[in-house]
Amino acid sequence: MLGKLDWSAIPFDQPIPLIAGAVVLVAILAVLIWVVVKGHLPYLWHEWITSVDHKRIGVMYILLASVMLLRGGSDAIMMRIQQAVAYQSQGYLPPEHYNQIFSAHGTIMIFFVAMPFVIGLMNLIVPLQLGVRDVAFPTLNSVGFWLTATGALLVNLSLVVGEFARTGWLAFPPLSELSYSPGVGVDYYAWSLQISGVGTLVAGINLVTTVLKLRTKGMNYLRMPMFCWTTLASNLLIVAAFPILTATLAMLLLDRYLGFHFFTNEAGGNVMMFMNLIWAWGHPEVYILVLPAFGIFSEVVSTFSGKALFGYRSMVLATMAICVISFMVWLHHFFTMGAGPDVNAIFGIASMIIAVPTGVKIYNWLFTMYGGRIRFATPMLWAVGFMVTFIIGGLTGVLVAVPPADFMLHNSMFLVAHFHNVIIGGVLFGAFAGFEYWFPKAFGFRLDERWGKAAFWFTFLGFYVTFVPLYVAGMLGMTRRLQHYDVAAWRPWMFVAAAGMAVLTIGVICQIVQLVVSIRNREALRDRTGDPWDGRSLEWATSSPPPVFNFAFHPDVRGEDAYWDMKLSAQQQSLDHAAPEYHDIEMPRNSPTGFTCAFFATIMGFALIWHIWWMVILGGVGAFATFVVFAWRDHDEYVIPADEVARIDRINLEERRSLVSMAGTI
Amino acid sequence: MSMTATAGRAHADPHHIGLVVEHPGPAPKRTVTAYGFWVFLLSDIVMFSCFFAAYAVLADQTAGGPKGSEIFEQRNVAIETVCLLLSSFTCGMASIAADVRNRFWFYLGMAVTCMLGLIFLAIEFREFADLVARGYGPSRSAFLTSFFSLVGCHGLHVSAGILWLLTMMAQVFAKGFRADVLRRMMCFALFWHALDIVWVGVFSVVYLLGSGV
Amino acid sequence: MNLLDPQGPVAAANSTILVDSVFIMLAIVVPTIIAILGFAFWFRASNPKARFQPDFVYSGRVEMVVWAIPALTVILLGGVAWIGSHKLDPAAPVPGTGSPLRIQAVSLDWKWLFIYPDQRIATVNTLTVPAGAELNFQLTSSSVMNVFFIPQLGSMIYTMNGMVTRLNLRADNEGKLQGLSAHFSGDGFPDMMFDVNVISPLAFPDWVAATAKTDAVLNEDSYKKLMQQGTEKNRLTFRLDDPRLFDLIATQHIPPGPGPELLSDAGRPHSGGHDAR
Repeated sequence: MLGKLDWSAIPFDQPIPLIAGAVVLVAILAVLIWVVVKGHLPYLWHEWITSVDHKRIGVMYILLASVMLLRGGSDAIMMRIQQAVAYQSQGYLPPEHYNQIFSAHGTIMIFFVAMPFVIGLMNLIVPLQLGVRDVAFPTLNSVGFWLTATGALLVNLSLVVGEFARTGWLAFPPLSELSYSPGVGVDYYAWSLQISGVGTLVAGINLVTTVLKLRTKGMNYLRMPMFCWTTLASNLLIVAAFPILTATLAMLLLDRYLGFHFFTNEAGGNVMMFMNLIWAWGHPEVYILVLPAFGIFSEVVSTFSGKALFGYRSMVLATMAICVISFMVWLHHFFTMGAGPDVNAIFGIASMIIAVPTGVKIYNWLFTMYGGRIRFATPMLWAVGFMVTFIIGGLTGVLVAVPPADFMLHNSMFLVAHFHNVIIGGVLFGAFAGFEYWFPKAFGFRLDERWGKAAFWFTFLGFYVTFVPLYVAGMLGMTRRLQHYDVAAWRPWMFVAAAGMAVLTIGVICQIVQLVVSIRNREALRDRTGDPWDGRSLEWATSSPPPVFNFAFHPDVRGEDAYWDMKLSAQQQSLDHAAPEYHDIEMPRNSPTGFTCAFFATIMGFALIWHIWWMVILGGVGAFATFVVFAWRDHDEYVIPADEVARIDRINLEERRSLVSMAGTI
Repeated sequence: MSMTATAGRAHADPHHIGLVVEHPGPAPKRTVTAYGFWVFLLSDIVMFSCFFAAYAVLADQTAGGPKGSEIFEQRNVAIETVCLLLSSFTCGMASIAADVRNRFWFYLGMAVTCMLGLIFLAIEFREFADLVARGYGPSRSAFLTSFFSLVGCHGLHVSAGILWLLTMMAQVFAKGFRADVLRRMMCFALFWHALDIVWVGVFSVVYLLGSGV
Repeated sequence: MNLLDPQGPVAAANSTILVDSVFIMLAIVVPTIIAILGFAFWFRASNPKARFQPDFVYSGRVEMVVWAIPALTVILLGGVAWIGSHKLDPAAPVPGTGSPLRIQAVSLDWKWLFIYPDQRIATVNTLTVPAGAELNFQLTSSSVMNVFFIPQLGSMIYTMNGMVTRLNLRADNEGKLQGLSAHFSGDGFPDMMFDVNVISPLAFPDWVAATAKTDAVLNEDSYKKLMQQGTEKNRLTFRLDDPRLFDLIATQHIPPGPGPELLSDAGRPHSGGHDAR
């Protein structure tokens, strides 16, 4: 009746996941009960859960990422402590458990922290920067978000119902095949990623179409903000790479469920094919993550230096070069598989070539700062911290791109330190910079500067204290994923790394405190004009938060830094023009399609994992029915009357007159 | 809020290339929908190419079981191909009928497309069932795995297409040739034609090349 | 296990390339970091001496330099990569003194089996080699992927079931080294460390003779016992019955090792996977 599911799936005999699960369950129930009792449920349902507004969906993506950051970070803390104590000892985490933790850590951090964070920021900001009202497919946008949430839910469910994969975050066969991983762990992993992968693909299609087909009047390609260019490149990569992940996971699932032989040891399966396929996805994936971060830094460095971005065209060229070359380097993840010197050398050289456009970007940010008047608000601190940290990560990356060096460093702690260096230094710092920079736009008040700066310094310092010892341990021969070890030389470095985690944790706590303090003081921190940073791009032309329709009129753009131009000419014309004629605006209606579809996807995913076939069919039929119901909708838009548009717009215009009249103090 | 350009704009055109064509603004809904659906089709082709790649890698791994030339029946493949190609034609007829708002020809075109698609699926299903009954199912060898998966993936897409086809017929029946229904019909037609193109790839790589082995 | 303390020519060459590459790149990276911090500090808004140049957003000369610096570095390192990949290909021969020693390594769950086919002996989790001799490794796996790695001797190489990978090494100095698996392979993975004893070439034949006196025999049956999942605390030694054992393993005549004996969620023992026909 319930497939493989029975009471033994719940880890009654393992205190750590049991207690963690219980605590989380209580917390979720408490929040739900509070929401319902206080009467917030209708508001949440109508304004957020069923919203197809890109700004709301972007915020929800970022919220999901932040919560998952705490989960992935907890995994990291557990791992660091284990490795600090497990010298000539089993530590406090037996292998079965430790192996799930590092697998979950990687899976969650990449798929449910980094991806949602950057997709959330792109969703929130890109339509505003392009001067349009929403993304190309608003309801599909909602579907994409909720499917991602489904994936996150399933991964976390594995903590208390069943187990997670014990294979690492990429589940290489033959270890991930049914014979060597007979439990449900790899199934949780694979189905969760398949479902959220559909969500990611949907986001990719949406953002590519938005950037290519929905830009305001006059916004030629070479007038788009840099963040929109990196969004385009990143989402082209999503569209091209995520189908590879879908296909590869499908092949693994076919092996596991139906006895196919794609990657099995028996009957001619080919393990090397999995490596090639998964890394053909995996390498573009990391550029999917880092390109938006580069875009964020272009915006931040330019705004806080008070100058336009240096070398805009070569930045565009560099971005698209990175986009293309990222598809040509995948073999560097398995130089040691024995492909031969020619193949290894070619891929090694290709991997180094990608460092050229990346280096160009760093220098262009450098020369943006040159001759600027730099204000060190929190986002700028993250930007400078990023530049320094990412260069070091890039150095170690080019190092392991040299095959003979990789022959010594593959899969070592040095490698672990390298990719954390670039992902934390690049993607996470970028996410935090974007969060600080665009928070006022999303919510209407700034974040507390002191706690923001504290969060930066603790995170920055904590990163180095945690990961430099891992570089050293790798040079001392330590490989990754060790649940225990006997080599005395590694031990002191594991201690230092654990101490570094404590510093990083303080950094995360500062972020949380920053949020709490800022919400408490939001009136004092209110952003009245919509332009708290003296910005240069169109999102700063809207109020904070923007009205649902973003712009009363589609802006007419004449150059790069569209909004900066507007401000300059507004100063010269002192905004003395006749009152504009407002029109009715049609906006897409909210829809429960996304949430409902994800609900059925969750049921299907869970049922597939536990082999509850009738439930699979139920979920599938439900998901299809959801789309049919959506297709039968008669009214997909609603009208905001011109008077209402006028009323909303005038409030912001009034606030801005005060800003313009302060010309010269900017 | 039209603003004119101001001085100091060296960075907009540092090479003074001169003529700049002004972007007219956001594209209309039909264009955006078609564009997005093309992007989706491209992503689907990437997914298919992974199965093609797997087939290329695993085609020799027969593990003591049969090779392609031993199990492929060219006659069935020919009939399947004719069905699918014809169905693309009838789907095109249905599209044209929808554009000129002719219900009869739309329903006829879609019904024949559906019939042809179902015949295709029936032949393919029989081929699969037959092979499985003889012990040459996908778990027999890596070659058979890759064969069943590539051809089966295409078959699954055709099945989904038929479900979509029936839904489109129901949509037209219930809502008429409304703008959103027509956009969806356009996407469906693109999907159906794309499946045809993929099938050309499948039968060339699998059946034609395979029979020479 | 220090990478910077190589005990053989392969490790020495790899480490040299590693260190040289780092210094080449530091020559670029350090000035760049200084420039970043320097510009950030000098052009801070509160510095009245810094000149504000809001129109400095393009310079052909700067562009040429910033594209050239990474490009030249990459060309240099690319040359290093090309030459190094060829000279240090794992299968490239490493000449040594005396006759070359053939070692066939099999990674199992979760132990290493080293077969000396010419000496008709085998060991588990310990590897004894003569100093200065050419070591020709052939490697495979009984089940899942692993990576054979002796950090102080040189390059690591994957082991995969049904396939044979090749690696040539040489240990120059007598002493004790350590090796490990560098690819996660399951619950017993941390216990896949093995000893590497580099002994004098004169003492090596004596060691072989002494090892051959052991009662334990390695044949298909005892190998199948080794294949059962579990770690091995002891350093086992065997006489080798059939010198073609490695080939039987590598060509899957001996089928791959079994997975865990799973007490499934329903409490029923699981057969551990699909039957291959």
